[in-house]
Amino acid sequence: MIRYTIARLGQAVLVLFGISVITFLLTYLVPADPARMIAGHSATAETVARIRAELGLDQPLPVQYGRYLWNLLHGDLGRSYAQRVAVTELLLSRLPATFQLMVAGIFAEVLLGIPAGILAALGRGRWPDRLGMVLAFSGVSAPQFAVGLLLLYVFGYQWPILPLGGYGTWRHVILPALTLGIAGAGWYARVMRSAMVEVLNQHYIRTATAKGLAPSKVVLKHALRNSILPVVSMVGLDIGVFMGGVVVVESVFAWPGIGQLAWQAIQILDIPVIMGVVMLTASFIVVGNLLADLVYPLLDPRIKYS
Amino acid sequence: MSGDVAIAGAGQETGKHRVLARFLRNRPGVAALVVVLAVVFTAVFAPYLAPYNPDEQFFDGLTLEGMPLPPSQRFPLGTDLLGRDLLSRLIYGARVSLVIGVVANGAALAIGVVLGTAAGYIRGRVGQVIMRFTDLMMAFPALILAIALAAILRPSMWIVALVIALVNWVWIARVVYSQVLSLAEQEFVTAAVALGASRGRVFFRHLIPHLVPTIIVWGTLGIASSVLLEASLSFLGVGVQPPTPSWGGIINESQSYFLDAPWLVAFPGAAILVTSLAFNLLGDGLRDALEPDRTGDV
Amino acid sequence: MLRGRRAVWGSLLMALVVLLSAAGMASAQQRGGSMVVTFLTDVTTLDPAIGYDWQNWSIIKSMFDGLMDYEPGTTQLRPQLAERFEVSEDGLTYTFYLRRGVKFHNGREVVASDVKYSLERVLTPATQSPGLGFYLTIEGAQEFVDGQAAEVTGIRVLDDYTVQFKLARPDAAFLHVLALNFAHVVPREEVERYGADFGHNPVGSGAFKLKEWVLGQRLVLERHPEYFRPDRPYLDEIIFEFGYEPNVALLRLQRGEVDILGDGIPPARFVQIMNDPQWRQLVEIGEQLQTGYVTMNTRVKPFDDVRVRQALNMAINKDRIVRIINNRAVPANQILPPLMPGYNHDYEGYPYDPERAKQLLAEAGYPNGFSTVLYAMNVDPNPRIAQSIQQDLAAIGVQVELRTLAQSTVIEAGGTEGQAPMIWSGGMAWIADYPDPNIFYWPILACVSAIPGGWNWAWYCNEEIEARAAHADTLVLPEQQEERAALWREIYTDIMADAPWIPIFHEMRYTMHSARVGGADNIFTDPLHIPINYEEVYRK
Repeated sequence: MIRYTIARLGQAVLVLFGISVITFLLTYLVPADPARMIAGHSATAETVARIRAELGLDQPLPVQYGRYLWNLLHGDLGRSYAQRVAVTELLLSRLPATFQLMVAGIFAEVLLGIPAGILAALGRGRWPDRLGMVLAFSGVSAPQFAVGLLLLYVFGYQWPILPLGGYGTWRHVILPALTLGIAGAGWYARVMRSAMVEVLNQHYIRTATAKGLAPSKVVLKHALRNSILPVVSMVGLDIGVFMGGVVVVESVFAWPGIGQLAWQAIQILDIPVIMGVVMLTASFIVVGNLLADLVYPLLDPRIKYS
Repeated sequence: MSGDVAIAGAGQETGKHRVLARFLRNRPGVAALVVVLAVVFTAVFAPYLAPYNPDEQFFDGLTLEGMPLPPSQRFPLGTDLLGRDLLSRLIYGARVSLVIGVVANGAALAIGVVLGTAAGYIRGRVGQVIMRFTDLMMAFPALILAIALAAILRPSMWIVALVIALVNWVWIARVVYSQVLSLAEQEFVTAAVALGASRGRVFFRHLIPHLVPTIIVWGTLGIASSVLLEASLSFLGVGVQPPTPSWGGIINESQSYFLDAPWLVAFPGAAILVTSLAFNLLGDGLRDALEPDRTGDV
Repeated sequence: MLRGRRAVWGSLLMALVVLLSAAGMASAQQRGGSMVVTFLTDVTTLDPAIGYDWQNWSIIKSMFDGLMDYEPGTTQLRPQLAERFEVSEDGLTYTFYLRRGVKFHNGREVVASDVKYSLERVLTPATQSPGLGFYLTIEGAQEFVDGQAAEVTGIRVLDDYTVQFKLARPDAAFLHVLALNFAHVVPREEVERYGADFGHNPVGSGAFKLKEWVLGQRLVLERHPEYFRPDRPYLDEIIFEFGYEPNVALLRLQRGEVDILGDGIPPARFVQIMNDPQWRQLVEIGEQLQTGYVTMNTRVKPFDDVRVRQALNMAINKDRIVRIINNRAVPANQILPPLMPGYNHDYEGYPYDPERAKQLLAEAGYPNGFSTVLYAMNVDPNPRIAQSIQQDLAAIGVQVELRTLAQSTVIEAGGTEGQAPMIWSGGMAWIADYPDPNIFYWPILACVSAIPGGWNWAWYCNEEIEARAAHADTLVLPEQQEERAALWREIYTDIMADAPWIPIFHEMRYTMHSARVGGADNIFTDPLHIPINYEEVYRK
């Protein structure tokens, strides 16, 4: 187990390193000159050149990357071109909002998805199954931005029981979390259903049923406990999908999180911020996957790694 | 109908018939097929179906204060913020969605299948490198990557398709890789190798045909996610260039007016949902039909 | 106007209005109380050397002072930290006599060496100030920037309360340039203490000082107790709240929770607000010194032919474009906005006449039109405006492909020779930095700015005009100003004959405030302060 953990950690670090290389190379596709952006319209060509040197942009690529990596290892992600603030500070100021949204969103996913999956599994092959799966697919197929805007229209405007976007109280988080949750719930419902179906087909469940245990008891006591595992690991794997959705949802709901920051930075090609967001979210994803892999065997004693 | 199917199955008909029969039994799948055909029909015959030129900005399509018109007899689904007929734009928008969905997913499929089979079949160092690379790509936040790429590159329909392919191939490569791995272990492959078949022959005669179901299923499911991704990119303003009508783009243009003109969000939103849902259900139905032993997991 | 900065400027006309209304208002003013302003996004920086967007511009103005400033609500220059100043006959030497006893927020007195330090800081390339280019007319500034001199020789500290500027050449806009935020005075010890984080720990001598800043959520300013104008500011505190989408901010204002909509009235609600008497009375309307235009690249075929450029000028239905943005602008027929000195009220511009446009195209050898590309920024309403232009041009046979891109990508394309045939300027250009006609020439229409990375996106260069412009700017004495305005009027009228641009509209300004806060009408549309002049507003 320890060896497996170490190997897995090493892999994660390698992946993060690879991501930093690719992200860094991507920024060289950017058609705009950051020095020119900083210098403003009153600057002469010489001033722009001087600022370019100031930023180290006149150095060869490997040198620039080396410096980037060195700073990265020291927790320095550079300074925003637009805001002239340390990128780490910007990210930290945005993290609480995104975390709040993520926790609420995962809560919404699980709350909507798990019962739907259980119901579909219990009625497998019959109409609850078909209906549940069509609904699950609808959630997965719905464009989040349109869902968000329509939720705002209905619950924020026509029937104003919730705020029209913005950040602050628990009431603000309901609609964005629901928007994120509707999409994710579809996946959870499908995973839950197939895990449940598999468990329900196992001998011990059949035995329990045959022994005359009430069906609800069978489900809650045996089937649910054993089929929840894939769902747990899914939370870890989900983070990547989530971080993507967060950009759209935060933009629709004016939610001051990482996604909004990313979107604003992309608009003005604020490269250090874009790189910071990508590195941060990639780390989330890598850590999420890592936790899913490491926690899974702890929950399920049948699985052993060598 | 289920009776016929049972007979067909029992009669040991050819595989194709069995698959068809199984598919026809899946009612959501059949309904989805009908919807997909309808969307394709709409896209192909858009010029005959649309009441107006989708790009024409009507003088009487806006109020004097510049507000769009709600649905009416003249404009069945209302007008957009430039006074264009929304219905005509939605009809033409089907073209963009389908072309990008098919092209992007086709490219993703090609990359994914080639790299997935290569990694699974060649293995060794090459396989290792390929799979580590897919791991890496999976750790990228896909939408953020797509947005950044689309913003950096000059947006056009083909660039959007390319960007979508670049973020979507990874999943396909994954699936194909694990399939090839398990196929390579199976008796008919080991037997062929034992009988002295060349690697190339085994590859093309024995492996690729067994991947066809996977390719069909992912070729359909992937269109659904490509349609959604295109809509998201266009919604954020880094997708298809105006005035080409795109469903996501229509919502982007109308976003700040949605409280007064909710139809400008609701109708294109519904179009995206229906199309994406249809491809998802169709793909799911095909999977059930082609790979009946699977329990239908993700 | 990098990053959509919107410094706006009003008029002499408005100055008159203030003077007339000020007398009647005095009794209603009182001190104390606080005010809530909402924005969607956080303020980027409050460093006067760096801040250059419409949001931070006026907040910085309320926290820092420069030698020069403007009468509130107007474009009339007045001394601020300076008590008075003198200009030499040749227009090359400016001497400023500082007020005594002006205190920074940290309690130290502002002295002449602070002025020199602050300007040298802007001129230091490492500061990365977007304002650097404004101060290169000071003698020795270029050498200092180039690293050949340790100080700017043209800025002389004669004693603690006297500072003298020597210019390398006459600069008719020099007093305006000294009123820009970049020339605001900062205390060296605080800049050195905070380094690159000074923008988040601002210390100035202005009416308000920083009380609290929770990134992304809230910025609170409080009265500077030792502010040199004893009767200002009126308010004890201003609270800026971030993360409010404009529609939400409006609802909060209507519920009485917010006093000023920092991002303005949301476009979707605009018509409704203006048609409702209850809310209409809370909206102040003003003009801004802004022109939205389409550039035509004079170095790219077929725009190298003046007839083609003139033809396109006649092809655009500007009234319809104005309607698309809910009539929040007036159609433009020339380069300068109406309130700028030098605006030609007699000029009628090119008529909207597609038939005549087609004829001109045929004369130029394009009877069947041609294909070209129009760049625009990808944020609403700019793509919509670009599509309207596209449809108008299609009507005369000109097929336009649109490229709607991120702001910086468009700016880069504009500054790359031969790249962008046409650009719609919306969201990027052009709002005057100061109320002088030369600001619409030198950065965006002059030969010297038709360079890679420049903002002359039409790549327009007329040597004869350039010489006349240079001559007009040598007229710096007060009695020459009428002559100078007349010269600029002719220059801009002649540029329109060359037609490097299609002027489209001049945006209007609409500021909504709660009934709780008061002030002269023009401080809510102060040409220099968006959304409002924070120093002059009071709680009723």
